[in-house]
Amino acid sequence: MSNGKITIYVDDVEVTTEAGKTIMEACDAVGIYIPRLCYHKDLVPAGHCRVCTVKVNGKPTNACTFPVQEGLVVENDTDELKEFRRHVIEMLFVEGNHVCPYCEKQGNCELQALAYRFGMLAPTYPYLYPKIEVDATHPDVYIDRNRCVLCGRCVRASRDLDGKSVFGFVGRGKGKRIAVNAEHSLSETQLQAADRAAEICPTGSIVVKRTGYRVPYGKRLYDKEPIGSDIEAKAKG
Amino acid sequence: MAKPKVATTHMAGCFGCHMSLLDIDERLVQLIELVDFDKSPIDDIKRFTGPVDVGIIEGGCSSQENYEVLKMFRKHCKVLVAVGECALTGGIPAMRNTVPLKECMEEAYLKGPSVVDGVIPNDPDIPLMLDKVYPVHEVVKIDYFIPGCPPPADAFWQVLTALLAGKEPVITYEALKYD
Repeated sequence: MSNGKITIYVDDVEVTTEAGKTIMEACDAVGIYIPRLCYHKDLVPAGHCRVCTVKVNGKPTNACTFPVQEGLVVENDTDELKEFRRHVIEMLFVEGNHVCPYCEKQGNCELQALAYRFGMLAPTYPYLYPKIEVDATHPDVYIDRNRCVLCGRCVRASRDLDGKSVFGFVGRGKGKRIAVNAEHSLSETQLQAADRAAEICPTGSIVVKRTGYRVPYGKRLYDKEPIGSDIEAKAKG
Repeated sequence: MAKPKVATTHMAGCFGCHMSLLDIDERLVQLIELVDFDKSPIDDIKRFTGPVDVGIIEGGCSSQENYEVLKMFRKHCKVLVAVGECALTGGIPAMRNTVPLKECMEEAYLKGPSVVDGVIPNDPDIPLMLDKVYPVHEVVKIDYFIPGCPPPADAFWQVLTALLAGKEPVITYEALKYD
């Protein structure tokens, strides 16, 4: 542990990093992609979604929140963890109403892209088809909780980047949802279309109006290359 | 040796998946050399003529008739392939799943803005609606899935040619789409 450098071992690959980094930051820097959904580089990590689960010294742990320590042995790209992550994504698909064919986020959606990357064809769990209302009262932004995965990015972005705290969690367990900081609806909040909270949603749950379907099929973010390819490209130099 | 047989059917969907199957373009000629079509809207054969190797299902299971067709396909086909978002997830027709069936029927046939002297159809020839639209794999065992709305023609081609060659189908990244 001389000069603050730390070595960890990710799937038997030696990764040199420095104290204070998380496992995910250390891996990102050297081009090892750990799948993630609620994580965003501009936000404090929250460890909500569990998609970035890795095994640290044999124990399942969030890569986005776990700080590196000298000699950590991390499992990431194993069959067991890939299977686990696919099931997390499948459960998110069946518990909401994620209808990709008419969603404005299609092709640019991180949930969809992760499912592609994990090779999901049809979820192995039964669909729940919950009844959820859409809040389109705001002139420029709508929130459609049918597509919400409770990642809390909007909560963190609005609080920490926009300084507005427009969004927050209410309820627990399967009754948990994103609430807006107003008596009734999104239109009564300080939210503006230019806010980070309005664009940081990984799915089509919070969408700026009149921006959907602008990029044609075939040219969208995840049409050609799987999510994480940008990080993996670093390893290839 | 007789050619393998393929059957297709269309349930609660829009026929877009069948259109996408036709969209394999000149490879259709190759496909016709590889297989014979049995019961299918493509050749308009209404009943199975015998055992079929590959059955292709488009659309979700929304009515009593859909249910019976699904059961029949499972009985007659060695391999069943569900194609498209409606078959895999319920898709657009499944938007009715969050509304009770009675309310759906009343809105369509009694209370809709353009309805005059409405009546909810109740003819014995009209299949009864199920309480909701089911993904087909929640009704019968499905062996393979091709997602997409519609699935890209390449996805059809990759899966069909693999199955006919006795290989495990793999859909390439660019042909795997849910939209």
